[in-house]
Amino acid sequence: MELQDIIKEENIVFKKTKLLNDKPLSYCPGCGHGTVHRILMETIEELGIDEQTIGIAPVGCAVMAYEFMEIDMQEAAHGRAPALATGIKRVYPKKYVFTYQGDGDLAAIGTAETMHCCNRGENILIIFINNGIYGMTGGQMAPTTLEGAKTSTSPYGRDVSTMGYPIRITELIAQLPAVRYVTRQSVHTPAAVRKAKAAIKKAFEYQAEGKQGTCFIEFLSNCNSGWKLSPVQANKWMEENTFKYYVPGDIKDNFKLLKNPIIE
Amino acid sequence: MSELRLMKGNEALAEAAIRAGVDAYYGYPITPQSEVMEYLMKANPEKTTGMVVLQAESEVASINMVYGAAGAGKMAMTSSSSPGVSLMQEGISYIAGAELPCVVVNVVRGGPGLGTIQPSQADYFQTVKGGGHGDYKLITLAPASVQEMADFMKLAFDLAFKYRNPAMILSDGAIGQMMEKVELFDPIPRRTDEEVALQCPWATTGRKRGTQKRVITSLRLVASVQEEFNIKLQNKYKEIEEKEVRCEMLQCDDAQYVIVAYGSSARTSMKAVEIARKNGMKVGLLRPQTLWPFPSKQIETLINNGAKGFLSVEMSAGQMVEDVKLAANGKAKVEHYGRMGGVIASPQDIYEALKKFAK
Amino acid sequence: MAKVRGAVVIDTEKCKGCGLCVEACKFQVLQLSQHVNLKGYTPAFMANFENCTGCTNCATICPDAVITVYRVKETN
Repeated sequence: MELQDIIKEENIVFKKTKLLNDKPLSYCPGCGHGTVHRILMETIEELGIDEQTIGIAPVGCAVMAYEFMEIDMQEAAHGRAPALATGIKRVYPKKYVFTYQGDGDLAAIGTAETMHCCNRGENILIIFINNGIYGMTGGQMAPTTLEGAKTSTSPYGRDVSTMGYPIRITELIAQLPAVRYVTRQSVHTPAAVRKAKAAIKKAFEYQAEGKQGTCFIEFLSNCNSGWKLSPVQANKWMEENTFKYYVPGDIKDNFKLLKNPIIE
Repeated sequence: MSELRLMKGNEALAEAAIRAGVDAYYGYPITPQSEVMEYLMKANPEKTTGMVVLQAESEVASINMVYGAAGAGKMAMTSSSSPGVSLMQEGISYIAGAELPCVVVNVVRGGPGLGTIQPSQADYFQTVKGGGHGDYKLITLAPASVQEMADFMKLAFDLAFKYRNPAMILSDGAIGQMMEKVELFDPIPRRTDEEVALQCPWATTGRKRGTQKRVITSLRLVASVQEEFNIKLQNKYKEIEEKEVRCEMLQCDDAQYVIVAYGSSARTSMKAVEIARKNGMKVGLLRPQTLWPFPSKQIETLINNGAKGFLSVEMSAGQMVEDVKLAANGKAKVEHYGRMGGVIASPQDIYEALKKFAK
Repeated sequence: MAKVRGAVVIDTEKCKGCGLCVEACKFQVLQLSQHVNLKGYTPAFMANFENCTGCTNCATICPDAVITVYRVKETN
């Protein structure tokens, strides 16, 4: 069988979702942002909720997310996405609302907005990309940067005695009674991507029920530029190091804690 | 049918918000304006008009909730007092940059810092000269009575939506706390989601397939695009300056000297004009109801009609006086008289200052 | 006996040559090109077309959504 016999419209088993446009993504080669963008848009398309969905873009690498996602979107100030989402969801309780935030946005400058949005149990989905670094501004230390990790603002490694500990904000959020679903996913292998997509789908299905209860999905992601590794090496490094501190898996489902999220 | 009631300024404003068909109030308690949210929570309009009332975790969150709802085309508002409004400046700048219609109420107290909880007018600069970053303007209404607290609520939203621009009601602790008779306007039903979608095609209400997506943002990375947007904003501001100036003039026809005062200061100044007139001085009062756009042309006209001097009376170290000077443009004497720190100048104080000024 | 055959089409101008698809492919179908595209990246290409089963692993991992996957059952 020749190539031209296979490459035919009717044989397509995978193509880019229509909810991502043709603009080249502004992310570095191999960056997890692009993958999460794609599975998020794929899920919205598959659920057929694109006409009822409003997304909130953050400040950080994903500041231009609205350039690529073909749905209505708002751009928030740094850290304020959960407040915008609250503002929208309260006046449009039947629409689907999600925020898309990085670790600096969500776990540093926007901690208050994130925690209180979750504490009210706003019926939204929070997508949290944790790559342990400030990517857009050039690789500074993030609240999630691992102990000892070197960044441009922790050039001798993160010293927890002066810089504090890498924050497991996802575990903190899981403790809040109004939070419905908390999971930590990654997009570093095809299998992980498929699992992560299922998590997004579940979160939107919960949202469709229209009840109080925030869904929160953390995505462990690489930042190969910031970590100064190749994309493939960065994913391996993440598996060997990041996963030990930020353990992947479901933490809370349907308001029930699945494991004690406090890790020794 | 309109309704007569005896109310606090803050309460009248809250009641007017419900009656104006506001969709959402997001706020955080601070003296001297906490009655706004207290009144709304008690009235529980979610059960009647469907208006959302939510106590946020901070002023930072409140203003950003307003951003979200306004970006989706809804009538959203918040209220606070000076320190809280300082916290909101980031959000206000973003709202101006995204051209979102909304209303922010500042029941001003004395500053800087925590300052005092007494009335003040020291946030004039913050409100009409910027406050947040970037070239932007807030349509600013200055109520001088409980009646205007109610009436300006609706006017502020009308103007905000007409120009897709944030509007500020710049009140003060005295107007917020005092009780007066107020005639409340008839309730206006909240717009339906369909009406919102029709009236605000720019709003993020969910992209219909086959149509352009809507993006609410203040980010324009290309310098020429940002400049083009700045020019568009400036043109809008010019139009507002031409069309939306509102002020009240009392006994200005033959006035040689004119007091310029707004809010609480206008009320004591009114009495000062009366005293001055009794003592044979030809004095009038110009009371701006919009601080931006500022009644500069009215000041120019008064000068052409023979006014020799303007005394700007404010509860501050002298802020609005700069706009009076710009309007007078050297053609008339302009000075400031004011008290600070939450002290309200008495009519007698103002009259004495006026006599000195007129010498 | 039916054999599953696959093929991919890569938008080589949008591919950033990150190599994640090369790593993800169990059948060593993909390699990075020796040539650069207009952006200066070395895009992925099908080096061993015969091995492709159209499993979609490469497209699933691709952060830039530049891969379209085709699959067909070959019957003799």
